[in-house]
Amino acid sequence: MTTPLPPPRLLPSGDAAITVEFSRSIDEQANRRVLALDRALAETPIDGVTETVPTYRSLLVHYDPVQIGFDALGEQLLPLAQLPVPLAANTRRWRVPVAYGGEHGIDLEDVAKTLNTTPDDIVARHVAGDYRVAMIGFTPGWSYLSGLDSSLQMPRRQNPRLLTPSGTVSIGGVQTGIQCLAGPSGWHLLGQTAVRTYQLHRDPIFLLEPGDAITFYAVDSKLFTEQDRAAERGEFVAELVAS
Amino acid sequence: MSKLIVTVVGPATSVQDGGRYGAQRYGLTPSGAADRLALAAANCLVGNAPFAAAIEVGPLGATFTAREGKVRVALAGAARNAEVAGRPAAFNESCTLNDGESLTLGFVRGGTFSYLAIEGGVKGEPMFGSLSVNARAGLGSPYPRPLQAGDVLDVDDAKAAIERKIDLPAMTDRPIRVVMGPQDDEFGDAKNLFLGSEWKISATSDRMGYRLEGPVIKHLHGHNIVSDGTVNGSIQVPGNGQPIVLMPDRGTSGGYPKIATVISADLGRFAQIPAGVGFRFEAVSMAQAQSEARAMAELLGTLSHRVHEARNSDLNEALQSANLAGSAVNAFDSGTWQIWSLPQP
Repeated sequence: MTTPLPPPRLLPSGDAAITVEFSRSIDEQANRRVLALDRALAETPIDGVTETVPTYRSLLVHYDPVQIGFDALGEQLLPLAQLPVPLAANTRRWRVPVAYGGEHGIDLEDVAKTLNTTPDDIVARHVAGDYRVAMIGFTPGWSYLSGLDSSLQMPRRQNPRLLTPSGTVSIGGVQTGIQCLAGPSGWHLLGQTAVRTYQLHRDPIFLLEPGDAITFYAVDSKLFTEQDRAAERGEFVAELVAS
Repeated sequence: MSKLIVTVVGPATSVQDGGRYGAQRYGLTPSGAADRLALAAANCLVGNAPFAAAIEVGPLGATFTAREGKVRVALAGAARNAEVAGRPAAFNESCTLNDGESLTLGFVRGGTFSYLAIEGGVKGEPMFGSLSVNARAGLGSPYPRPLQAGDVLDVDDAKAAIERKIDLPAMTDRPIRVVMGPQDDEFGDAKNLFLGSEWKISATSDRMGYRLEGPVIKHLHGHNIVSDGTVNGSIQVPGNGQPIVLMPDRGTSGGYPKIATVISADLGRFAQIPAGVGFRFEAVSMAQAQSEARAMAELLGTLSHRVHEARNSDLNEALQSANLAGSAVNAFDSGTWQIWSLPQP
Protein backbone atom coordinates (compact mmCIF):
# COMPACT_ATOMS: atom_id res chain seq x y z
CA MET A 1 0.00 0.00 0.00
CA THR A 2 1.47 3.32 -1.06
CA THR A 3 0.45 6.60 0.48
CA PRO A 4 -1.07 9.13 -1.91
CA LEU A 5 1.25 11.92 -3.04
CA PRO A 6 0.49 15.43 -1.78
CA PRO A 7 -2.46 16.98 -3.64
CA PRO A 8 -1.81 19.51 -6.42
CA ARG A 9 -3.44 22.95 -6.36
CA LEU A 10 -6.52 23.24 -8.58
CA LEU A 11 -6.49 26.76 -10.03
CA PRO A 12 -9.34 28.16 -12.13
CA SER A 13 -8.29 29.28 -15.63
CA GLY A 14 -11.65 30.82 -16.45
CA ASP A 15 -14.83 28.74 -16.60
CA ALA A 16 -13.60 26.17 -19.12
CA ALA A 17 -10.14 25.09 -17.90
CA ILE A 18 -8.42 24.03 -14.67
CA THR A 19 -4.70 24.43 -14.03
CA VAL A 20 -3.57 21.41 -12.00
CA GLU A 21 -0.42 22.82 -10.40
CA PHE A 22 2.13 20.42 -8.88
CA SER A 23 4.88 22.95 -8.24
CA ARG A 24 5.65 26.63 -8.70
CA SER A 25 9.20 25.99 -9.87
CA ILE A 26 10.85 23.88 -12.54
CA ASP A 27 11.06 20.53 -10.86
CA GLU A 28 11.76 17.14 -12.45
CA GLN A 29 9.48 15.27 -10.04
CA ALA A 30 6.61 17.72 -10.62
CA ASN A 31 7.02 17.34 -14.39
CA ARG A 32 6.82 13.53 -14.03
CA ARG A 33 3.55 13.94 -12.14
CA VAL A 34 2.23 16.29 -14.84
CA LEU A 35 2.99 13.74 -17.55
CA ALA A 36 1.61 10.87 -15.45
CA LEU A 37 -1.72 12.70 -14.97
CA ASP A 38 -1.76 13.51 -18.68
CA ARG A 39 -1.32 9.80 -19.51
CA ALA A 40 -3.92 8.79 -16.94
CA LEU A 41 -6.47 11.12 -18.55
CA ALA A 42 -5.64 9.75 -22.00
CA GLU A 43 -6.15 6.17 -20.77
CA THR A 44 -9.29 6.81 -18.71
CA PRO A 45 -10.94 9.91 -20.13
CA ILE A 46 -13.28 12.02 -17.98
CA ASP A 47 -16.49 13.04 -19.75
CA GLY A 48 -16.38 16.71 -20.63
CA VAL A 49 -12.58 17.02 -20.74
CA THR A 50 -11.73 18.26 -24.23
CA GLU A 51 -7.97 18.73 -24.28
CA THR A 52 -4.93 18.68 -21.97
CA VAL A 53 -1.76 20.79 -22.17
CA PRO A 54 1.24 19.57 -20.12
CA THR A 55 3.77 22.17 -18.98
CA TYR A 56 6.81 21.96 -16.67
CA ARG A 57 4.88 22.10 -13.46
CA SER A 58 1.17 21.97 -14.24
CA LEU A 59 -1.38 20.30 -16.46
CA LEU A 60 -3.94 22.60 -18.07
CA VAL A 61 -7.19 20.64 -18.42
CA HIS A 62 -9.66 22.19 -20.88
CA TYR A 63 -13.27 21.13 -20.41
CA ASP A 64 -16.80 21.92 -21.52
CA PRO A 65 -18.66 23.59 -18.63
CA VAL A 66 -21.96 22.48 -20.18
CA GLN A 67 -20.94 18.86 -19.53
CA ILE A 68 -19.12 19.11 -16.21
CA GLY A 69 -18.65 21.78 -13.54
CA PHE A 70 -15.44 22.96 -11.86
CA ASP A 71 -16.10 21.19 -8.54
CA ALA A 72 -17.16 17.88 -10.09
CA LEU A 73 -14.13 17.83 -12.38
CA GLY A 74 -11.80 18.75 -9.52
CA GLU A 75 -13.14 15.85 -7.47
CA GLN A 76 -12.35 13.44 -10.30
CA LEU A 77 -8.91 14.92 -11.00
CA LEU A 78 -7.59 14.94 -7.43
CA PRO A 79 -7.36 11.18 -6.84
CA LEU A 80 -5.82 10.65 -10.30
CA ALA A 81 -3.26 13.37 -9.59
CA GLN A 82 -2.19 11.67 -6.35
CA LEU A 83 -1.55 8.19 -7.75
CA PRO A 84 2.06 7.01 -7.54
CA VAL A 85 3.97 8.03 -10.65
CA PRO A 86 4.61 4.92 -12.75
CA LEU A 87 8.13 4.38 -14.05
CA ALA A 88 8.08 5.61 -17.63
CA ALA A 89 8.56 2.21 -19.25
CA ASN A 90 7.89 3.17 -22.85
CA THR A 91 9.90 6.36 -23.12
CA ARG A 92 10.83 7.01 -26.71
CA ARG A 93 14.38 8.19 -27.25
CA TRP A 94 15.40 10.37 -30.20
CA ARG A 95 18.92 11.18 -31.44
CA VAL A 96 18.83 14.70 -32.82
CA PRO A 97 21.65 16.11 -35.02
CA VAL A 98 22.83 19.67 -34.34
CA ALA A 99 25.18 21.89 -36.36
CA TYR A 100 26.82 23.91 -33.59
CA GLY A 101 28.27 27.41 -33.88
CA GLY A 102 28.99 29.63 -36.87
CA GLU A 103 25.94 30.78 -38.80
CA HIS A 104 23.92 27.95 -37.17
CA GLY A 105 24.55 29.07 -33.58
CA ILE A 106 25.67 32.68 -33.44
CA ASP A 107 25.89 32.82 -29.62
CA LEU A 108 28.20 29.79 -29.14
CA GLU A 109 31.40 31.89 -28.93
CA ASP A 110 29.84 34.40 -26.52
CA VAL A 111 28.46 31.63 -24.31
CA ALA A 112 31.95 30.07 -24.16
CA LYS A 113 33.48 33.43 -23.22
CA THR A 114 30.88 34.07 -20.54
CA LEU A 115 31.50 30.64 -19.04
CA ASN A 116 35.32 30.98 -19.37
CA THR A 117 35.78 28.02 -21.65
CA THR A 118 36.01 27.06 -25.34
CA PRO A 119 33.19 26.56 -27.85
CA ASP A 120 34.23 22.89 -28.23
CA ASP A 121 33.82 22.40 -24.49
CA ILE A 122 30.32 23.94 -24.57
CA VAL A 123 29.37 21.58 -27.40
CA ALA A 124 30.84 18.60 -25.53
CA ARG A 125 28.79 19.44 -22.43
CA HIS A 126 25.62 20.02 -24.45
CA VAL A 127 25.81 16.73 -26.39
CA ALA A 128 26.61 14.84 -23.17
CA GLY A 129 23.19 15.71 -21.75
CA ASP A 130 20.31 13.29 -21.30
CA TYR A 131 17.21 15.40 -21.95
CA ARG A 132 13.46 14.97 -21.76
CA VAL A 133 10.72 16.92 -23.52
CA ALA A 134 9.16 18.67 -20.52
CA MET A 135 6.62 20.61 -22.56
CA ILE A 136 5.81 21.89 -26.04
CA GLY A 137 4.40 25.37 -26.28
CA PHE A 138 4.53 28.99 -27.34
CA THR A 139 4.60 28.22 -31.07
CA PRO A 140 4.02 24.92 -32.91
CA GLY A 141 6.67 22.34 -32.06
CA TRP A 142 8.74 24.57 -29.69
CA SER A 143 10.07 21.80 -27.43
CA TYR A 144 11.33 22.75 -23.97
CA LEU A 145 13.81 20.18 -22.62
CA SER A 146 14.75 19.48 -19.03
CA GLY A 147 18.11 18.01 -18.02
CA LEU A 148 20.52 20.83 -18.94
CA ASP A 149 23.97 20.52 -17.29
CA SER A 150 24.00 23.02 -14.43
CA SER A 151 27.33 24.41 -15.71
CA LEU A 152 25.51 25.59 -18.86
CA GLN A 153 22.77 27.48 -17.03
CA MET A 154 22.82 31.22 -17.62
CA PRO A 155 20.23 34.00 -17.61
CA ARG A 156 18.31 34.81 -20.78
CA ARG A 157 19.48 37.68 -22.96
CA GLN A 158 18.66 41.20 -21.75
CA ASN A 159 17.29 42.02 -25.20
CA PRO A 160 15.36 39.17 -26.76
CA ARG A 161 15.84 38.80 -30.53
CA LEU A 162 12.75 39.41 -32.63
CA LEU A 163 13.72 36.77 -35.17
CA THR A 164 15.74 33.59 -34.65
CA PRO A 165 16.10 30.88 -37.32
CA SER A 166 13.92 27.80 -37.71
CA GLY A 167 15.45 24.68 -36.15
CA THR A 168 17.43 26.68 -33.58
CA VAL A 169 18.78 24.74 -30.58
CA SER A 170 19.33 27.13 -27.69
CA ILE A 171 19.78 27.45 -23.93
CA GLY A 172 18.04 29.78 -21.48
CA GLY A 173 18.04 29.55 -17.70
CA VAL A 174 17.84 25.90 -16.63
CA GLN A 175 16.40 24.86 -19.97
CA THR A 176 17.49 23.91 -23.45
CA GLY A 177 15.13 23.76 -26.37
CA ILE A 178 14.44 23.01 -30.00
CA GLN A 179 12.35 25.57 -31.84
CA CYS A 180 10.74 24.68 -35.12
CA LEU A 181 9.55 27.93 -36.69
CA ALA A 182 11.54 31.13 -37.02
CA GLY A 183 10.44 33.59 -34.37
CA PRO A 184 11.37 35.70 -31.37
CA SER A 185 13.58 34.28 -28.61
CA GLY A 186 15.57 35.55 -25.63
CA TRP A 187 17.67 32.39 -25.39
CA HIS A 188 21.32 31.85 -26.41
CA LEU A 189 21.59 30.21 -29.82
CA LEU A 190 24.04 27.28 -29.80
CA GLY A 191 23.19 25.55 -33.05
CA GLN A 192 20.60 24.42 -35.54
CA THR A 193 18.98 21.09 -36.31
CA ALA A 194 17.44 20.01 -39.60
CA VAL A 195 14.79 18.09 -37.65
CA ARG A 196 11.32 19.57 -38.07
CA THR A 197 9.39 19.08 -34.85
CA TYR A 198 6.37 20.43 -36.78
CA GLN A 199 5.81 19.75 -40.45
CA LEU A 200 2.57 19.81 -42.36
CA HIS A 201 1.79 16.94 -44.75
CA ARG A 202 4.05 14.57 -42.78
CA ASP A 203 2.77 11.77 -40.58
CA PRO A 204 3.01 12.65 -37.76
CA ILE A 205 2.79 16.41 -38.14
CA PHE A 206 4.27 16.81 -34.64
CA LEU A 207 7.34 14.59 -34.19
CA LEU A 208 7.95 14.87 -30.44
CA GLU A 209 5.66 14.16 -27.51
CA PRO A 210 5.99 15.52 -23.98
CA GLY A 211 7.99 12.90 -22.04
CA ASP A 212 10.17 11.80 -24.97
CA ALA A 213 13.91 11.43 -24.21
CA ILE A 214 16.38 13.36 -26.37
CA THR A 215 20.14 13.15 -26.97
CA PHE A 216 22.00 15.47 -29.34
CA TYR A 217 24.98 14.72 -31.60
CA ALA A 218 27.10 17.22 -33.50
CA VAL A 219 27.11 17.38 -37.32
CA ASP A 220 29.04 19.68 -39.64
CA SER A 221 27.49 22.29 -41.89
CA LYS A 222 27.66 20.02 -44.96
CA LEU A 223 25.76 17.21 -43.28
CA PHE A 224 23.27 19.73 -41.91
CA THR A 225 22.51 20.86 -45.46
CA GLU A 226 21.96 17.26 -46.62
CA GLN A 227 19.76 16.51 -43.63
CA ASP A 228 17.83 19.72 -44.21
CA ARG A 229 16.96 18.56 -47.74
CA ALA A 230 15.89 15.16 -46.42
CA ALA A 231 13.72 16.83 -43.76
CA GLU A 232 12.19 19.05 -46.43
CA ARG A 233 11.09 15.86 -48.22
CA GLY A 234 9.35 14.69 -45.06
CA GLU A 235 12.02 12.48 -43.49
CA PHE A 236 12.28 12.58 -39.69
CA VAL A 237 16.13 12.96 -39.72
CA ALA A 238 15.99 12.38 -35.96
CA GLU A 239 16.66 8.71 -35.22
CA LEU A 240 14.36 6.78 -32.94
CA VAL A 241 16.54 4.50 -30.77
CA ALA A 242 15.37 1.74 -28.46
CA SER A 243 14.79 2.91 -24.91
CA MET B 1 -19.89 27.14 -58.82
CA SER B 2 -19.71 30.90 -58.26
CA LYS B 3 -16.77 32.95 -57.07
CA LEU B 4 -16.43 35.68 -54.50
CA ILE B 5 -13.55 38.00 -55.36
CA VAL B 6 -11.79 40.00 -52.66
CA THR B 7 -11.67 43.33 -54.48
CA VAL B 8 -10.57 45.66 -51.68
CA VAL B 9 -9.40 44.62 -48.22
CA GLY B 10 -7.43 46.01 -45.26
CA PRO B 11 -5.25 44.08 -42.81
CA ALA B 12 -6.76 41.78 -40.15
CA THR B 13 -9.38 40.23 -42.42
CA SER B 14 -9.16 36.46 -42.57
CA VAL B 15 -11.13 33.23 -42.92
CA GLN B 16 -12.12 31.99 -39.44
CA ASP B 17 -14.39 29.26 -38.13
CA GLY B 18 -15.00 27.71 -34.71
CA GLY B 19 -11.27 27.09 -34.26
CA ARG B 20 -8.68 24.33 -34.33
CA TYR B 21 -8.74 22.41 -31.07
CA GLY B 22 -6.84 19.34 -29.92
CA ALA B 23 -3.20 20.27 -30.63
CA GLN B 24 -2.52 22.92 -28.01
CA ARG B 25 -0.26 20.34 -26.33
CA TYR B 26 2.04 20.71 -29.36
CA GLY B 27 2.03 24.50 -29.24
CA LEU B 28 -0.67 24.92 -31.88
CA THR B 29 -2.99 27.76 -30.94
CA PRO B 30 -6.72 27.32 -31.64
CA SER B 31 -7.34 30.48 -33.72
CA GLY B 32 -11.01 30.79 -34.74
CA ALA B 33 -13.49 33.67 -34.74
CA ALA B 34 -12.97 36.30 -32.03
CA ASP B 35 -16.77 36.72 -31.67
CA ARG B 36 -18.34 33.27 -31.91
CA LEU B 37 -21.92 34.48 -31.47
CA ALA B 38 -21.61 36.87 -34.42
CA LEU B 39 -20.01 34.11 -36.54
CA ALA B 40 -22.86 31.74 -35.65
CA ALA B 41 -25.54 34.37 -36.35
CA ALA B 42 -24.13 35.13 -39.81
CA ASN B 43 -23.87 31.42 -40.63
CA CYS B 44 -27.42 30.73 -39.43
CA LEU B 45 -28.82 33.30 -41.87
CA VAL B 46 -27.45 31.44 -44.89
CA GLY B 47 -28.23 27.95 -43.58
CA ASN B 48 -24.68 26.99 -42.60
CA ALA B 49 -23.58 25.16 -39.44
CA PRO B 50 -23.00 27.75 -36.70
CA PHE B 51 -19.22 27.48 -36.66
CA ALA B 52 -18.64 27.04 -40.39
CA ALA B 53 -15.85 29.14 -41.87
CA ALA B 54 -16.72 32.73 -42.76
CA ILE B 55 -14.80 35.92 -43.40
CA GLU B 56 -13.85 37.82 -40.26
CA VAL B 57 -13.61 41.43 -41.47
CA GLY B 58 -11.24 43.69 -39.52
CA PRO B 59 -11.89 47.37 -38.75
CA LEU B 60 -11.06 48.79 -42.20
CA GLY B 61 -13.35 48.76 -45.22
CA ALA B 62 -13.56 45.92 -47.74
CA THR B 63 -15.27 45.08 -51.03
CA PHE B 64 -16.29 41.62 -52.26
CA THR B 65 -17.55 40.93 -55.79
CA ALA B 66 -19.65 38.02 -57.10
CA ARG B 67 -18.49 36.38 -60.35
CA GLU B 68 -19.83 33.56 -62.50
CA GLY B 69 -23.13 33.40 -60.63
CA LYS B 70 -25.19 34.68 -57.71
CA VAL B 71 -23.80 34.52 -54.18
CA ARG B 72 -25.87 34.68 -51.01
CA VAL B 73 -24.15 36.24 -47.99
CA ALA B 74 -25.05 37.53 -44.53
CA LEU B 75 -23.40 40.07 -42.24
CA ALA B 76 -23.28 40.07 -38.44
CA GLY B 77 -21.02 41.46 -35.74
CA ALA B 78 -19.62 44.99 -35.55
CA ALA B 79 -21.77 47.45 -37.48
CA ARG B 80 -20.51 49.42 -40.47
CA ASN B 81 -21.92 50.89 -43.65
CA ALA B 82 -22.79 48.13 -46.10
CA GLU B 83 -24.08 48.43 -49.65
CA VAL B 84 -24.76 46.00 -52.46
CA ALA B 85 -24.53 47.73 -55.84
CA GLY B 86 -25.50 51.02 -54.16
CA ARG B 87 -28.44 49.57 -52.18
CA PRO B 88 -28.05 49.52 -48.38
CA ALA B 89 -27.47 46.01 -47.01
CA ALA B 90 -28.64 45.25 -43.49
CA PHE B 91 -26.69 43.47 -40.78
CA ASN B 92 -28.27 40.33 -39.28
CA GLU B 93 -29.99 39.74 -42.59
CA SER B 94 -29.04 37.74 -45.67
CA CYS B 95 -28.75 39.30 -49.11
CA THR B 96 -27.84 38.12 -52.58
CA LEU B 97 -25.12 39.47 -54.85
CA ASN B 98 -25.96 39.06 -58.52
CA ASP B 99 -23.17 38.16 -60.91
CA GLY B 100 -20.86 41.18 -61.08
CA GLU B 101 -22.34 42.98 -58.08
CA SER B 102 -20.16 44.11 -55.19
CA LEU B 103 -20.73 44.24 -51.45
CA THR B 104 -18.98 47.34 -50.15
CA LEU B 105 -18.22 47.60 -46.43
CA GLY B 106 -17.15 50.82 -44.74
CA PHE B 107 -14.97 51.43 -41.71
CA VAL B 108 -16.25 49.65 -38.61
CA ARG B 109 -18.26 51.69 -36.13
CA GLY B 110 -18.67 50.70 -32.49
CA GLY B 111 -16.93 47.35 -32.73
CA THR B 112 -13.94 45.56 -34.20
CA PHE B 113 -14.91 42.51 -36.27
CA SER B 114 -17.81 41.90 -38.65
CA TYR B 115 -18.55 38.43 -40.02
CA LEU B 116 -19.47 37.77 -43.64
CA ALA B 117 -20.96 34.29 -44.01
CA ILE B 118 -21.41 32.75 -47.45
CA GLU B 119 -24.19 30.28 -48.26
CA GLY B 120 -22.53 26.85 -48.45
CA GLY B 121 -19.52 28.11 -46.50
CA VAL B 122 -15.94 28.81 -47.54
CA LYS B 123 -14.44 25.98 -49.61
CA GLY B 124 -11.06 24.75 -48.47
CA GLU B 125 -9.02 21.92 -47.03
CA PRO B 126 -9.31 21.70 -43.25
CA MET B 127 -6.18 21.09 -41.17
CA PHE B 128 -6.89 19.71 -37.70
CA GLY B 129 -10.57 20.11 -38.58
CA SER B 130 -10.43 23.83 -39.28
CA LEU B 131 -10.01 26.34 -42.10
CA SER B 132 -9.06 29.15 -39.69
CA VAL B 133 -6.04 31.20 -40.65
CA ASN B 134 -2.97 30.87 -38.44
CA ALA B 135 -0.34 32.57 -40.58
CA ARG B 136 2.55 31.84 -38.23
CA ALA B 137 1.92 28.09 -38.43
CA GLY B 138 1.22 28.21 -42.17
CA LEU B 139 -2.37 27.06 -41.60
CA GLY B 140 -5.64 28.23 -43.08
CA SER B 141 -7.50 27.54 -46.28
CA PRO B 142 -7.95 28.48 -49.06
CA TYR B 143 -5.17 30.94 -48.13
CA PRO B 144 -2.85 30.34 -45.12
CA ARG B 145 -2.70 34.10 -44.43
CA PRO B 146 -5.05 37.08 -44.07
CA LEU B 147 -7.02 37.88 -47.23
CA GLN B 148 -5.49 40.14 -49.88
CA ALA B 149 -7.00 42.04 -52.78
CA GLY B 150 -7.33 39.69 -55.76
CA ASP B 151 -7.98 36.55 -53.71
CA VAL B 152 -10.70 34.31 -55.16
CA LEU B 153 -13.01 32.16 -53.01
CA ASP B 154 -14.93 29.31 -54.65
CA VAL B 155 -18.50 29.41 -53.33
CA ASP B 156 -21.87 27.77 -53.99
CA ASP B 157 -24.37 29.34 -56.38
CA ALA B 158 -27.09 31.08 -54.38
CA LYS B 159 -30.13 28.85 -53.99
CA ALA B 160 -33.56 30.27 -54.83
CA ALA B 161 -34.53 31.27 -51.33
CA ILE B 162 -36.21 34.08 -49.48
CA GLU B 163 -33.85 36.36 -47.60
CA ARG B 164 -33.82 35.86 -43.84
CA LYS B 165 -33.15 37.95 -40.78
CA ILE B 166 -32.25 37.07 -37.21
CA ASP B 167 -33.34 38.76 -34.00
CA LEU B 168 -30.50 38.69 -31.50
CA PRO B 169 -30.73 39.58 -27.82
CA ALA B 170 -29.92 43.21 -27.14
CA MET B 171 -26.25 43.83 -26.41
CA THR B 172 -25.43 44.81 -22.87
CA ASP B 173 -22.93 47.45 -21.81
CA ARG B 174 -22.21 45.83 -18.44
CA PRO B 175 -18.58 45.29 -17.35
CA ILE B 176 -16.56 42.42 -18.80
CA ARG B 177 -16.86 39.61 -16.30
CA VAL B 178 -13.81 37.66 -15.11
CA VAL B 179 -13.00 34.72 -12.85
CA MET B 180 -9.96 35.59 -10.72
CA GLY B 181 -6.84 33.45 -11.16
CA PRO B 182 -5.01 31.24 -11.90
CA GLN B 183 -2.18 33.40 -10.43
CA ASP B 184 -4.14 36.13 -8.62
CA ASP B 185 -2.08 35.29 -5.51
CA GLU B 186 0.89 36.92 -7.28
CA PHE B 187 -0.89 40.25 -6.75
CA GLY B 188 -1.90 42.05 -3.53
CA ASP B 189 -3.87 45.30 -3.49
CA ALA B 190 -3.25 45.46 -7.23
CA LYS B 191 -6.24 43.13 -7.60
CA ASN B 192 -8.52 45.89 -6.31
CA LEU B 193 -6.86 48.39 -8.63
CA PHE B 194 -7.42 45.99 -11.54
CA LEU B 195 -11.13 45.57 -10.72
CA GLY B 196 -11.74 49.18 -9.70
CA SER B 197 -10.17 50.97 -12.68
CA GLU B 198 -11.26 51.94 -16.15
CA TRP B 199 -9.28 50.28 -18.96
CA LYS B 200 -8.79 50.97 -22.63
CA ILE B 201 -7.64 48.63 -25.38
CA SER B 202 -4.42 49.81 -27.03
CA ALA B 203 -4.29 50.38 -30.77
CA THR B 204 -1.33 47.94 -30.90
CA SER B 205 -3.64 45.01 -30.14
CA ASP B 206 -4.20 42.10 -32.50
CA ARG B 207 -5.65 38.59 -32.60
CA MET B 208 -2.79 37.30 -30.40
CA GLY B 209 -3.56 39.68 -27.56
CA TYR B 210 -5.34 42.89 -26.64
CA ARG B 211 -3.01 45.19 -24.71
CA LEU B 212 -4.71 47.22 -22.00
CA GLU B 213 -3.93 50.80 -20.99
CA GLY B 214 -4.64 51.91 -17.44
CA PRO B 215 -3.00 52.00 -14.03
CA VAL B 216 0.18 49.98 -13.46
CA ILE B 217 -0.63 46.59 -11.90
CA LYS B 218 2.27 45.66 -9.62
CA HIS B 219 3.33 42.09 -8.88
CA LEU B 220 4.16 40.93 -5.35
CA HIS B 221 7.08 38.71 -6.38
CA GLY B 222 8.23 39.87 -9.81
CA HIS B 223 6.82 39.20 -13.25
CA ASN B 224 8.46 35.89 -14.13
CA ILE B 225 6.70 32.62 -13.43
CA VAL B 226 7.51 29.21 -14.86
CA SER B 227 5.55 29.00 -18.12
CA ASP B 228 2.17 27.36 -17.92
CA GLY B 229 -0.82 26.93 -20.20
CA THR B 230 -3.06 29.75 -21.42
CA VAL B 231 -6.69 30.00 -22.53
CA ASN B 232 -8.67 32.51 -24.60
CA GLY B 233 -9.27 35.37 -22.19
CA SER B 234 -6.23 34.80 -19.93
CA ILE B 235 -5.23 38.21 -18.54
CA GLN B 236 -1.46 38.14 -18.11
CA VAL B 237 0.51 40.96 -16.53
CA PRO B 238 4.04 41.49 -17.91
CA GLY B 239 6.80 43.50 -16.24
CA ASN B 240 5.42 46.91 -17.25
CA GLY B 241 2.20 46.23 -15.32
CA GLN B 242 -0.04 46.76 -18.36
CA PRO B 243 -2.21 43.64 -18.74
CA ILE B 244 -2.58 41.72 -21.99
CA VAL B 245 -5.77 39.74 -22.64
CA LEU B 246 -4.93 36.67 -24.72
CA MET B 247 -6.99 36.23 -27.88
CA PRO B 248 -7.53 33.22 -30.22
CA ASP B 249 -4.06 33.47 -31.87
CA ARG B 250 -2.29 33.50 -28.44
CA GLY B 251 0.79 31.49 -27.54
CA THR B 252 -0.34 28.23 -25.93
CA SER B 253 1.89 28.85 -22.91
CA GLY B 254 3.17 31.96 -21.22
CA GLY B 255 5.54 32.99 -18.46
CA TYR B 256 3.75 36.01 -16.98
CA PRO B 257 1.37 35.76 -13.99
CA LYS B 258 -2.30 35.69 -14.99
CA ILE B 259 -4.41 37.80 -12.64
CA ALA B 260 -7.81 36.75 -14.01
CA THR B 261 -9.60 35.19 -16.98
CA VAL B 262 -12.46 36.66 -19.04
CA ILE B 263 -15.48 34.35 -18.74
CA SER B 264 -16.20 32.43 -21.93
CA ALA B 265 -19.66 34.02 -22.36
CA ASP B 266 -18.08 37.50 -22.51
CA LEU B 267 -15.14 36.73 -24.86
CA GLY B 268 -16.98 37.86 -27.99
CA ARG B 269 -18.29 41.02 -26.36
CA PHE B 270 -14.77 41.80 -25.12
CA ALA B 271 -13.24 41.17 -28.58
CA GLN B 272 -15.61 43.80 -30.03
CA ILE B 273 -14.62 46.65 -27.69
CA PRO B 274 -12.97 49.24 -29.93
CA ALA B 275 -9.48 50.54 -29.18
CA GLY B 276 -9.53 53.64 -26.99
CA VAL B 277 -13.00 53.10 -25.48
CA GLY B 278 -13.13 52.83 -21.68
CA PHE B 279 -14.52 49.71 -19.99
CA ARG B 280 -14.31 47.90 -16.65
CA PHE B 281 -13.89 44.36 -15.35
CA GLU B 282 -16.12 42.70 -12.76
CA ALA B 283 -15.17 39.55 -10.80
CA VAL B 284 -17.83 36.82 -10.69
CA SER B 285 -17.95 33.43 -9.00
CA MET B 286 -17.13 30.21 -10.82
CA ALA B 287 -20.78 29.15 -10.38
CA GLN B 288 -22.00 32.31 -12.10
CA ALA B 289 -19.39 32.07 -14.89
CA GLN B 290 -20.39 28.48 -15.64
CA SER B 291 -24.08 29.37 -15.54
CA GLU B 292 -23.38 32.10 -18.12
CA ALA B 293 -21.41 29.58 -20.22
CA ARG B 294 -24.43 27.24 -20.24
CA ALA B 295 -26.74 30.12 -21.15
CA MET B 296 -24.46 31.09 -24.05
CA ALA B 297 -24.37 27.45 -25.25
CA GLU B 298 -28.19 27.42 -25.11
CA LEU B 299 -28.37 30.65 -27.16
CA LEU B 300 -25.90 29.31 -29.74
CA GLY B 301 -27.84 26.04 -29.95
CA THR B 302 -31.17 27.77 -30.57
CA LEU B 303 -30.13 30.58 -32.93
CA SER B 304 -32.06 28.98 -35.78
CA HIS B 305 -35.30 29.60 -33.82
CA ARG B 306 -34.59 33.31 -34.07
CA VAL B 307 -34.36 33.33 -37.86
CA HIS B 308 -37.39 34.38 -39.90
CA GLU B 309 -38.19 35.66 -43.37
CA ALA B 310 -37.10 39.18 -44.10
CA ARG B 311 -40.03 41.25 -45.46
CA ASN B 312 -39.34 44.01 -47.96
CA SER B 313 -41.06 46.52 -45.70
CA ASP B 314 -38.55 45.91 -42.89
CA LEU B 315 -36.13 48.38 -44.35
CA ASN B 316 -38.73 51.17 -44.37
CA GLU B 317 -39.88 50.32 -40.86
CA ALA B 318 -36.35 50.47 -39.59
CA LEU B 319 -35.79 53.83 -41.22
CA GLN B 320 -39.07 55.20 -39.89
CA SER B 321 -38.52 54.04 -36.33
CA ALA B 322 -35.02 55.47 -36.40
CA ASN B 323 -36.43 58.81 -37.60
CA LEU B 324 -39.15 58.76 -34.94
CA ALA B 325 -36.48 58.29 -32.33
CA GLY B 326 -35.00 61.56 -33.49
CA SER B 327 -31.78 60.14 -34.92
CA ALA B 328 -30.29 61.72 -37.96
CA VAL B 329 -30.53 58.95 -40.50
CA ASN B 330 -29.05 58.90 -43.93
CA ALA B 331 -31.01 56.47 -46.05
CA PHE B 332 -27.77 55.10 -47.44
CA ASP B 333 -26.10 54.89 -44.06
CA SER B 334 -27.06 51.40 -43.04
CA GLY B 335 -24.75 51.48 -40.06
CA THR B 336 -26.88 54.02 -38.21
CA TRP B 337 -29.81 51.75 -37.59
CA GLN B 338 -28.25 48.35 -37.15
CA ILE B 339 -29.60 46.13 -34.40
CA TRP B 340 -26.05 45.06 -33.67
CA SER B 341 -24.51 48.41 -32.94
CA LEU B 342 -22.20 47.59 -30.06
CA PRO B 343 -22.87 49.88 -27.12
CA GLN B 344 -19.74 51.51 -25.87
CA PRO B 345 -19.27 50.29 -22.31
